[in-house]
Amino acid sequence: MIDWIIIILSTLGTLFILLAGVGIVRMPDIYLRISVTTKAATLGIGLILIGAAMYFNELGITSRVIAIIFFMLLTAPVGAHMIGRASYFTGIKLWEKSVYDDIKGKYDTKTHELSSSNKNQPGSNGEPST
Amino acid sequence: MSVSDYLYYVILPVLAISILLMFVRFVKGPSLSDRVVALDLMLTSGIGVIAVYSVYTDQPTFLDIAMIMALIAFLGTVAYSFYLEKREKND
Repeated sequence: MIDWIIIILSTLGTLFILLAGVGIVRMPDIYLRISVTTKAATLGIGLILIGAAMYFNELGITSRVIAIIFFMLLTAPVGAHMIGRASYFTGIKLWEKSVYDDIKGKYDTKTHELSSSNKNQPGSNGEPST
Repeated sequence: MSVSDYLYYVILPVLAISILLMFVRFVKGPSLSDRVVALDLMLTSGIGVIAVYSVYTDQPTFLDIAMIMALIAFLGTVAYSFYLEKREKND
């Protein structure tokens, strides 16, 4: 019984990691790549670690696994946001077919401060950038 | 077919194939940010490989290494993005 639970959990986790690997190769844009890989890899690692915790079935191992999953859930969005922000500021273009750039013209190019009001270009207040 | 056979002959090769796919993006990536994302994802998948291997060899001590690897992956991503942004600011 516990063997089948371990097999199902590790298979699902491995499928999600494989999907993340396919997504990072196939996606056309760095922002889409960040979006795919963060979510898929976090869920896949969580499922594999839960399978390992069910295999060992001790309190120390289970608390360690819960600590790893909690840390991953905390740090994966923070890291993805930081690398996305840095790549937007270093001037990496969006995919040419993406229809909406939400922060275009809304940040100071010198100090890298985002602002809700539009100071640099008063005309473009978040319209679709076609 | 026992659990360790299944892990050794099915799960670990699929994980290796997905890490190879990430390595393709790491080599090919047009910008530095693509490489940072691919490296972060490779380290994160390494945590999964370590967890599967600790089940296969019945050694729960390997999970400590997985925790340290998660720490290093997060630190690497944060440091790379911090210095990318700083380099752009100084130009």
